[in-house]
Amino acid sequence: MTESGTVDPPLADTQPIRIGDTGPPPAPPVPVIEIEEVHKIYRTGVLEVAALRGVSLTISAGEYVALMGPSGSGKSTLMHILGCLDVPTSGTYRLAGEDVSAMTEVDLADVRNRRIGFVFQQFNLLASLSAWRNVELPLIYAGVDRSSRKERALAALDRVGMGDRVEHRPGELSGGQQQRVAVARAVVSDPALILADEPTGNLDSVSAGEVLGLLAELHDSGRTVVLITHDADVADVASTTFRIRDGKILDNASAMVGGASR
Amino acid sequence: MNLVETFRTGMEAVVSHRLRSSLTVLGIMIGITAVILTVGLGEGAQQQVGSEISSLGANLLIVSPGSSTSSTGIRGGLGSASTLTVANANVLANKTVAPDIAGVAPVVSASESLTAGTANWTTTLVGSNPSWMSVRGRTMAEGRFISGHDVQTHAAVVVLAPTTASELFGARDPVGQTVDVAGTPMSVIGVLTAEGSSSTSNDDDQAIIPITTAATRIIGGTSRNDLSSIYIEATSSQTLSAAYQEADNALLSLHGITTATNADFTITSQQSLLATATSVDKTLTVLLAGIAGISLLVGGIGVMNIMLVSVTERIREIGLRKALGATPRVIRRQFLVEASVLGLVGGMLGALLGLVVAIVLPHLISDPIAISAAAIAGSIVIAIAIGVAFGVYPASRAARLAPIDALRSE
Repeated sequence: MTESGTVDPPLADTQPIRIGDTGPPPAPPVPVIEIEEVHKIYRTGVLEVAALRGVSLTISAGEYVALMGPSGSGKSTLMHILGCLDVPTSGTYRLAGEDVSAMTEVDLADVRNRRIGFVFQQFNLLASLSAWRNVELPLIYAGVDRSSRKERALAALDRVGMGDRVEHRPGELSGGQQQRVAVARAVVSDPALILADEPTGNLDSVSAGEVLGLLAELHDSGRTVVLITHDADVADVASTTFRIRDGKILDNASAMVGGASR
Repeated sequence: MNLVETFRTGMEAVVSHRLRSSLTVLGIMIGITAVILTVGLGEGAQQQVGSEISSLGANLLIVSPGSSTSSTGIRGGLGSASTLTVANANVLANKTVAPDIAGVAPVVSASESLTAGTANWTTTLVGSNPSWMSVRGRTMAEGRFISGHDVQTHAAVVVLAPTTASELFGARDPVGQTVDVAGTPMSVIGVLTAEGSSSTSNDDDQAIIPITTAATRIIGGTSRNDLSSIYIEATSSQTLSAAYQEADNALLSLHGITTATNADFTITSQQSLLATATSVDKTLTVLLAGIAGISLLVGGIGVMNIMLVSVTERIREIGLRKALGATPRVIRRQFLVEASVLGLVGGMLGALLGLVVAIVLPHLISDPIAISAAAIAGSIVIAIAIGVAFGVYPASRAARLAPIDALRSE
């Protein structure tokens, strides 16, 4: 947790991040996500369920990628692995050059903290904390000191247009506003990857549009965004869409390698 | 995440669940109050016993006559024989025989009726010598005590204990007045300071006259030189056992007894009697503290219950915190801090309530309550320990939750 400050320096609001900024400065840029032949098998008693059956995927820095598939397709499992919330049964996963496929729970917590910003369908804000206190949470676990935490949390809220509601609690905000706070929380620690899991699933179309706009802005300012959805309209906003079905990536509309080993 | 942050997070969780937290705190509080009060009651009783030891004369030995066996073979009770004499007492008072004995007060006592004008009062009449006052650790409220001259001249003088004085004379000053003791008029020369009643006898209700006066004017006859007991004061509490040995040896040889088991007298110390009383009090304290400990245990289980509920209720929060980078250790600490804060607050409130009750309760019951700083500090430490001990299991359960499972839960 302690090295977070040195790996990803805080972003100034006015200065858009460029592609490749998430890795060490010298080129060539390291892909943000590199997964190869990832399998995930869940065992419940005698029953074995293969949720992922050999997924390979490379996502470069600054890309906006949608992972699309119906429920049961394995996209949630993939999202959990991409988010370092779970480890693959086999295969490798390199996140910003770091092999995370065999990391311990403690190291994974550190990687999540430094590298990944989550946006969840359920917002997952803590009801007892005000907006800015929710946004500062990742910085607490990163060991950032109190005064710069508040500064950065307020800057992040300002960026998502919530600068005038920093003291509001989640219960006092609309769904769209809550999701904006969640986006601010996802970007506050300047992660290499923003992982949005059905971010519009609980929102009306207006709010959904706003949140997608926000993600597009983040992409425009150079961030890597991975969007998980079952909704083709939502997936359309991404520059690249991968379709998942039965634990495999079906096709890939870009030049990125998908399932090349098969 | 440093400890300050962990503590802050834990505190926030306690504060944001006010009702639940206060119910848990209540459980601990009652337990701690019970512990503090029972320990305080026990200590109070022991202190009371301790002050009784010193009020009775800490260095006091009492020699009682042995039992007698009648011609029909029936053995009388302790003190029924008349084996102690004034001559015995005089030998014990001899410094070369017993260097560790500071004072000897031979005592004859009888229940007698005292009359002053129309007032009549039956009390314990004690015949003794001037040493009685220092040996029994008494002081004079007014007037003087019996002098050596009074003893030599068989003077018709009496010293009254305060209850006896007020029963006979009411508010009037008794000194200089005359009291009729078993038909003999005696002048009151002094009144003793009040002592408070001991567990054995009421020391504030008696009348003391010179032992010679008692022998010749009150008792008379063949038994007039027989003593009810001899009070012996050792030079200090350290020499008490030496004084005991000296008195024992002297009396054995005076009575011509070669085997100690055949002794026709018994020597007891007030301390040995009170040590028994103290140990009884201690047993009671331990018993009460045990009951209080059980209530603390119940309080602790309450903390565990609340913490488990808290873990279940906050699965999503735990999952989110883990997703945002909290390690299992950080989560575990957060819950431990919560539990120990509940324990600490409960402990402090319990100590406070205990103090208040300790101040109020002695006004309602007669028993004193002694609350020591150590008892308060100890009980607060116990309360925190309970919080931590019963928080460990819920905390490690929270820490073990997988972030995805936790986030999925509704």
